[in-house]
Amino acid sequence: MNSLILKTASRYLAAILLVFSIHMLLRGHNEPGGGFIGGLIGATGFVLFAIAGSVAEARKALRIEPQNLAMIGLGASAVAGLSALFANKAPFSGLWLFLFAEEGSKGLPLSSILLFDIGVYLVVMGAILTLVFAIEEEV
Amino acid sequence: MIWTLSAPLLLPFFTAIIAFLTRRSVAGKWVSLSGAVLHLGAALVLVSAVLDQGVIAGSFGGWDAPFGIALAADYLGAAMVVITGIIGVAVALYSFADISKSTEALGFHALFHLLLAGVTGAFLTADLFNLYVWFEVMLISSFGLLVIGGSKQEIDGAVKYVTLNLISTVMFLTGVGLLYGMTGTLNMADLHFAVQEVENKGLLSVVAIMFMVAFGVKAAVFPLFFWLPASYHTPSFSVSAVFAGLLTKVGVYALIRAFTLIFTHDPELIETVLLWVAVLTMVTGVLGAAAQSDFRRILSFHIISQIGYMVLGLALMTPLGLIGAVFYLLHHIIVKANLFLISGVANRIAGGTELARIGGLYTHAPLLAVLFLIPAFSLAGFPPLSGFWAKFIVIRASLELEMWIVAGAALFVGLLTVFSMTKIWAEAFWTPHPDALAPKLSRLSTHDWRAMMWPIIALAVMTVIIGLFPGVFYPFVETAADQLLNPTAYLDAVLGPDAVAAAQSAVGQAVIVEGN
Repeated sequence: MNSLILKTASRYLAAILLVFSIHMLLRGHNEPGGGFIGGLIGATGFVLFAIAGSVAEARKALRIEPQNLAMIGLGASAVAGLSALFANKAPFSGLWLFLFAEEGSKGLPLSSILLFDIGVYLVVMGAILTLVFAIEEEV
Repeated sequence: MIWTLSAPLLLPFFTAIIAFLTRRSVAGKWVSLSGAVLHLGAALVLVSAVLDQGVIAGSFGGWDAPFGIALAADYLGAAMVVITGIIGVAVALYSFADISKSTEALGFHALFHLLLAGVTGAFLTADLFNLYVWFEVMLISSFGLLVIGGSKQEIDGAVKYVTLNLISTVMFLTGVGLLYGMTGTLNMADLHFAVQEVENKGLLSVVAIMFMVAFGVKAAVFPLFFWLPASYHTPSFSVSAVFAGLLTKVGVYALIRAFTLIFTHDPELIETVLLWVAVLTMVTGVLGAAAQSDFRRILSFHIISQIGYMVLGLALMTPLGLIGAVFYLLHHIIVKANLFLISGVANRIAGGTELARIGGLYTHAPLLAVLFLIPAFSLAGFPPLSGFWAKFIVIRASLELEMWIVAGAALFVGLLTVFSMTKIWAEAFWTPHPDALAPKLSRLSTHDWRAMMWPIIALAVMTVIIGLFPGVFYPFVETAADQLLNPTAYLDAVLGPDAVAAAQSAVGQAVIVEGN
C-alpha cells in the first residue's frame, strides 16, 4: 500500500501500540491484560509498519527474526518454570522478590510469574509476526 | 519427586530452543543429539525411581491434585517414556545422514524435540485437559515435521493428517467439557471416583465413546485409520520412523489409561466395542498391506494391523490380556521405528522405496538384509523374537476366554503379515535390481554409514534381547498390567491415601443410598 498519511501515522501509531502492549503486559497480573493480549497488541504495531511500508522495513525495525523471538520467549517461560528448582519448590511455582518493601507497602514486586508472562508475550508476538511476514512476502 | 517426573518433560523444550537458535550452524544437530541423550538419561532416572518406589506422582506449581496439574508415572508410563527416549536418540543420530542442511535450517531439530516433549507429556500427565494440551503439542510439531520438506506430496499428506486429527481433537475437547460438566474434575485419579457418582450412566457411556473415537483416531483403529497410510510415506525417513514408532502408540496408551482408570462403569459395552474394533483393525490393516507395493506403505498399513493386537489385549480386560497389550506396545515401538529406518537406508542405496524399482539388497548388502529380517520376523511373530512373545500372550489371553474366532483372526493376521513381509523380502532383497545397480552399503559415506546403521543395529539388538530373555521383562510388564487393573497405587500416589479413603467411603455411601 502506498499512502503517505498511513505511512506517516504508522510511525507514531506503532510506537504507541508498543508502549500500550507493555502496559497491558504489566497490568495483567491483577487486572485484565497479560502476556498473550500484550503480545497480540505489540505484534499489531509491527504489522501496521509492514502494511504501511514494506515487510523488509518491519523486519529491520524488529532487528531480530520473529521465529527467534518466539523461541527466546519460550526459553524465558521455561526458565521461569525451572527457576523454582533453586528455591526447592515444584516446577512453575511462583517466586517473589519485593524490592524496597517497607511497612504497609509491597514495594516493587518482581516474580518468576512476570518472567513467564514476558515469555508468553514474546512467543505470541514472534509467532504472529512469523505468520504475517511470511504471508505478506508471499502476496 | 516432581522434578524427577518433569525432567524428561522440560529437557526437550530446552533442547528445542537451543537447537532452534543454532539451526543454521553445525552445532544444531549436536545439540539435538545431546539433548536426546539427556532425555533418555532423565527417563532412565525416572524408571529407576519408579522401580524403587512404585507409582510416583507430583504436581506443578505446588497446587496439589485434584486442583493442580498432576503428573504421575506408573510402570507403564515410565516404560513408555524410556522407549520414547530410546527412539529419540536413535532418530536424532539417524537424522545426521537423513536430514538436509536446508531442512535443518528451517528448524527440524526444534520440531523434533517439541514432538518428543509432547509424547513424553502425554505419557506422564494425570490430568485429562493436560493430556489434550500434549496432544496439541504433538499435532502442531508433527504438522511442522510433515510439511518441512515442502514437496507437493508432503503437503498433500499433511493436510489429510491434520484434518482428520483435528476432528479427533474436537471430539476429545467436547468429551472433556462434558465430563467436566458432569463431575467437576479432570484429574484422572479423581475422575476414577467421580464417575462412579454420576447418576446418568447413559450420558457417561456416550462420553466414553467420544473418548474412544478421539483416541481411536490417534491410534489409527478401524474405521478411523485413513489418515495414516495417506501421510506416513511422504515425509523424510527420520520423521516417519518417529511417527510410526511413537504417535499411534500415544493413542493406544490413552485408550488403555482411559478405559482402565476412568470409564470402568460399563465394562460390557466398552469391551464389546473395543473387541470388534480390534479384530477389524487387525484384518483391514493387514489386507491393506497386502495390496500395497511400496516399502513404506506396506509398513504403514502394518502399523494399523498391529494396533489391533494392542487394542485386543485391552478389550479382553483380563490380567493376561493387558500384559499382552503392554508387551506389544513396548516391543512394537522399537521394531516399527527400526523398519522405517531400514527403509530409509534401502531408499538411499537402492534408489527408491517402490518395490518394483529396487532389488538386489540381499546379494550386495547382506548386513542390511540380516538387520531387516530381525524386526520383520519379529513383527510377523517368529520365535524367538520379541514379537512372538507379544502375539503369544495376546492370543493365549483370548484363548483363555474361549474366544476362538478372535484368536483365529489374530493367528490368520499373523500369517498375512508374514506374506507381506516376504513380499518386501522377495522384491527388495532377493530379486536383482531392475537397473542392474549394485546397492552396496559402501555407497554410503563413512559418516552416513555410522549415523544410519548404528541406530538400526542398536534397535535390532534390543529386539533380539527382548526375544531371547522375555523372562527379564515379563515381571515388569506383569506389574504394569496389575497396576492398570488395580489402580490403587496410582490413586494413592496422585491423590494421597487419605483422600482416596475418603472418596472410597463417599462412593460406598452413594451406592448404599441408591440401594435403599
